Amino acid sequence: MTVNFGIVVFPGTNCDQDTKSAVEGLGHRSEFIWHDSAPDSLSRFDCVILPGGFAYGDYLRSGAIAAFSPVIAVVKRYIDEGGLVLGICNGLQVLLEMGALPGAMIRNRDLRFICRFVDLIVKQTDTPFTSACVQKQVLRIPISHFEGSYYIDEAGLKSLIENNQIVLKYSDENGNCTPDANPNGAVFNIAGICNERRNVFGLMPHPERAADEVLGATDGKFIFDSIASSVAERRR
Amino acid sequence: MRKARVFVWLKKDVLDPQGRTINEALHGLGYGLVEEVRQGKAFDIQLNDDGVSDENLRELLAEMSKRILSNPVIEDFTVELLDRS
Repeated sequence: MTVNFGIVVFPGTNCDQDTKSAVEGLGHRSEFIWHDSAPDSLSRFDCVILPGGFAYGDYLRSGAIAAFSPVIAVVKRYIDEGGLVLGICNGLQVLLEMGALPGAMIRNRDLRFICRFVDLIVKQTDTPFTSACVQKQVLRIPISHFEGSYYIDEAGLKSLIENNQIVLKYSDENGNCTPDANPNGAVFNIAGICNERRNVFGLMPHPERAADEVLGATDGKFIFDSIASSVAERRR
Repeated sequence: MRKARVFVWLKKDVLDPQGRTINEALHGLGYGLVEEVRQGKAFDIQLNDDGVSDENLRELLAEMSKRILSNPVIEDFTVELLDRS
């Protein structure tokens, strides 16, 4: 199943080419969508990706300015129509700022930019983005961020848990979500969440950096393979 | 022209790693009396207030603060309307 990905590019986005290369390496098609273009609809895409980087230089707050760009109004409609949207790292920060996902990001606990592999336990497999995983599978995917400490208040966390919206959590290699396995101080070790409708998923780790044997890690493929099988299901 | 100043702070229950680090630096410099530092942001804004009441200006500034200058999930803000320049 060939997926037609749309990859949104803001000024300051820097993982657009990596993402394109990753999905095309897996046999999919992709096309860039410029931030100030406002096409009538994105419906010709099977999935829209908001990639990583520093949109608008992360001015004001990560993702804050991007959330008001012309293309985001169209992405909002796409989400309302049930379209699949994947936000990676800065893309997740944009999804939070535009209100497509609950919560916010603050600076890492230790005020360090962290760029390394982490282990992640898959808590939800009934999403279009993780359906190729098995429950409690541990994925090894790199993170690369300074402002990746997920914050949500107690009521919000309760609602995320009740609605099974916590998809990925930082864990050790055996899937235990210990404080030591939490790289950035994220509430409840949260690394990735989806919306209630499950068509929007955002994660801090970079699956596109772990989707090719050459890079020494391929667990990111599970995310793109999940999207492919979900798209196949939708087309049936 | 009118000047306004908006302050944005992380909410009390949100950890402020920058403030904490600055606090530690101040202690390192010998300012042991410092108990806590919270780092915020200030925005100085110039407005054309022709025909706009102070009450309206305050409402508009609060709206801007809620919509973009702050993220209400993690931040609080205050609005100050300053004297005419």
